[in-house]
Amino acid sequence: MTDIAAPPQGARRFGLSSAEAQARLRRRHAAEARFRAYGIGAIALAAIFLVVLIGDVIVKAMPAFTEYRLTMTVTPTLEQVSSDGTTDPQALRSGDYDAVLRRGLQELFPQVTTRALRRKLNNDLLSSGAAMTLRNRVLADPSAIGQPVTIEALLDDAADLYLKGLMTGRRESVGQGQAQVTLDGEDVVLTSSAPDFARALAEVKESLREEAAADRREAARLTAAAADVAGDQREALQKRIADLEGDAAAAEARAAAADAPERLTADLPSKLVFINGGIVKLTEIGASEARGTVLVPLANTDAVTAGGWDILTLTQPEANRRLDDQVVAWLEDLKQRGMVASHFASRFFTSGDSREPEQAGILGALIGSALTMLVTLVLCLPIGVGAAVYLEEFAPKNRLTDLIEVNINNLAAVPSIVFGLLGLAMFLNFFGLPRSAPLVGGLVLALLVLPTIIIASRAALKSVPPSIREAALGIGASHQQAVFHHVLPLAMPGIMTGTIIGMAHALGETAPLLLIGMVAFIVDVPGSITDAATALPVQIYLWSDLPEPLFQAKTAAAILVLLAFLFIMNGLAILLRRRFERRW
Amino acid sequence: MKFRSLVSVAALTLAGVAAAGAAQARDQIRIVGSSTVYPFTTAVAEQFGRSGAGKAPVVESTGTGGGMKLFCAGVGTDHPDATNASRRIKKSEFEDCKKNGVADIIELKVGFDGLTVANSKAGPDLNFTKEQIFLALAKEVPGPDGKLVANPYKNWSDIDKALPNEKIEVLGPPPTSGTRDSFLELVMEPGAEKVLADLKKSDAKAFAAAWKTIREDGAYIDAGENDNLIVQKLDANPKAVGIFGYSFLEENAAKIKGAKIDGVEPDFDTIADGKYSVSRPLFVYFKKQHIGVVPGLDKFIAEYVSEKALGEDGYLSRKGLVPLPTDQLAKVRADVEAQKPLAADAGL
Repeated sequence: MTDIAAPPQGARRFGLSSAEAQARLRRRHAAEARFRAYGIGAIALAAIFLVVLIGDVIVKAMPAFTEYRLTMTVTPTLEQVSSDGTTDPQALRSGDYDAVLRRGLQELFPQVTTRALRRKLNNDLLSSGAAMTLRNRVLADPSAIGQPVTIEALLDDAADLYLKGLMTGRRESVGQGQAQVTLDGEDVVLTSSAPDFARALAEVKESLREEAAADRREAARLTAAAADVAGDQREALQKRIADLEGDAAAAEARAAAADAPERLTADLPSKLVFINGGIVKLTEIGASEARGTVLVPLANTDAVTAGGWDILTLTQPEANRRLDDQVVAWLEDLKQRGMVASHFASRFFTSGDSREPEQAGILGALIGSALTMLVTLVLCLPIGVGAAVYLEEFAPKNRLTDLIEVNINNLAAVPSIVFGLLGLAMFLNFFGLPRSAPLVGGLVLALLVLPTIIIASRAALKSVPPSIREAALGIGASHQQAVFHHVLPLAMPGIMTGTIIGMAHALGETAPLLLIGMVAFIVDVPGSITDAATALPVQIYLWSDLPEPLFQAKTAAAILVLLAFLFIMNGLAILLRRRFERRW
Repeated sequence: MKFRSLVSVAALTLAGVAAAGAAQARDQIRIVGSSTVYPFTTAVAEQFGRSGAGKAPVVESTGTGGGMKLFCAGVGTDHPDATNASRRIKKSEFEDCKKNGVADIIELKVGFDGLTVANSKAGPDLNFTKEQIFLALAKEVPGPDGKLVANPYKNWSDIDKALPNEKIEVLGPPPTSGTRDSFLELVMEPGAEKVLADLKKSDAKAFAAAWKTIREDGAYIDAGENDNLIVQKLDANPKAVGIFGYSFLEENAAKIKGAKIDGVEPDFDTIADGKYSVSRPLFVYFKKQHIGVVPGLDKFIAEYVSEKALGEDGYLSRKGLVPLPTDQLAKVRADVEAQKPLAADAGL
């Protein structure tokens, strides 16, 4: 230890107090601090991604978890709901429940008499699921026939989207002046003592100005372009420029005449006036008066004081909406009467797929996934663990077992679609198993997961300390007893982890399911492993490709359900792992 | 031992699984085929199930070609009863069917699907000719001397000064999609015919290659099979142009607008009366031999052609299907109800 007591002269000095050593120490500390910062940064970044991703999915999914229902009272008569005049369940099942609902709606809006309007009332307000609700009610209690029945009828998806505020922006303003109502033939003329309509007119004029400016810009661009071309093309361009200039000039002239009345076309935001218990849609707007058509009849034509009437502006023009102003007016009227309300959409969790977005549920896919996973687990856990135990503990080490090992490792990297092709060729075509069945899906996914489980199980068995095995053998246990009584229970946590990873992988697979017919529209919730079924990721894929906006919300909601399923599956596995776990 | 009981339970279940695997008779209609017809056939399937006439059919989305292959593989309950197609059955497929014993096929033309070229509401109003679209998207276009050269057009205004001075950026379906095939046939081929009339006469093969090959330099972007994705991208990027089915334009009218093609705007009426030329007929093919074998198949066909489904105000038109004109529908309905099989000389 002389080197510590007296370092030889001329050798490097390792004193901790020298400036050099201090600098080195600072560098090392800085490096460590940097590394920690990188680590925290990486975790924070991952956390941000996760939060943004899941937050986005949750926000998008919200509309799928609520639904608007209309509380209405209808009186089903025997002639309507029974196909042969008896209360036999079979006859009641094929009754015309839509007719009952139609009459109920008619009673809500007795003033709707023309054929076109009645069709709109019957088609655009209620979902076709409303009749199913009524049917189930009558089937459950046939004594309700002939009696008034109050049901909560599901609204159509477009009406639902409107009420959720996803179809158009709404702006409500209270009437500032005293309003006079006069009838003029079919129309209603409204006047206000305050500049309520002048403000609305100014908005229209502003949009005209914008339109004119856009036309001018386009005309200027084309003029520049026309300088470079000749002949027919130039003539066509010049004609187009002249048209644009003309349009722009006309719009500007209209915008300049600040007090001249303007027509509200379907390309402009709609304005609905709520007055005297009715709803008027403005068709022409002037500085002090406005003209409109009645969408919901007015109780009377009395003058209304300031603050007693409202103007509702729907920012999305009628031409761009799936729901026209008439249906919006009915919905607003029902809302004022307190008959439509938002409820939790339990239907989403209790019904199968549907082509009507408001009725589509996840239960079919959820059960399909659960059945598929059950088949996969039951097959691949015993086979996988068995194979791993044999290969790791009993098999002789020779060329053949090496070859098997290499192949298992390769199988783990085979694209999943290949397993789908194998499933199609073997299980469907050779064994004649039914198409679209969770049984076949489970078989195919078991093949996919097996290599993962075998590899993980072998690693887990290898990590059990040899002392355990040797101690068991030392006190006279057979090889099999040593493995099954001592090594395997200790390896169980690792095996479970491998199984979880494999199953989670299988749960998210769609590609192999495509080939065996599980990418399908299936209304009925599967009851057994041979019924036609689909799976959660497939349902997400199918819904995401449909045009209705409510299906986009359902897609996000289905993603949440898939995540929840995954959490529950992993939670169960962790629970099981705890029970099997043994420490040494 | 806990573990041993787990193993024996697993083994028992395994045996049960194997026993249940025996093929069983079918009481449910099975349909395969095109993802374009899928939204319509599924709506009919659901209505059929609701009406109490039988179990709701299983409708798979396999693509037109894949569906035809399954459909033509044979007769019997192991094979599907019907297939959706976004184009007419090909002669080769028809012969394949015959060879495998699918002797009588009933053809049901359900309506039209318009193919739209659209952009964001915030973007300029577009008015294309098919020729311009060909020039914008083909891999090779005629150069100054008339010979085919790599597509030099970067901006729309390079093709025609009247078009916007923006980069050509078109989001469309990938090569595997039936929509892409239809787009090529309905837009690119007629467009090429105008530009390359001479080549068509002199070298039909080179001509076909010219309109079938879409440029790969980034102006055309494969946006995947999902049309909603294209709509979202258009909404985010007002300069981009997208290609997709009419029902998506209808549902998203608040965000996007359709471009005029040859001066005609895509809407319900122009597609129905044929003025808007970029539309394709949609079909469903049924196996006549399965009627009476698979319960409810005849009733399902009747539901499909009924007025409340296929009619002008039927529920399918509310799902975005452009229905057949009344006289055509009457003929289709009569043929289908008489179970008239598709003749070999039907001009496939």
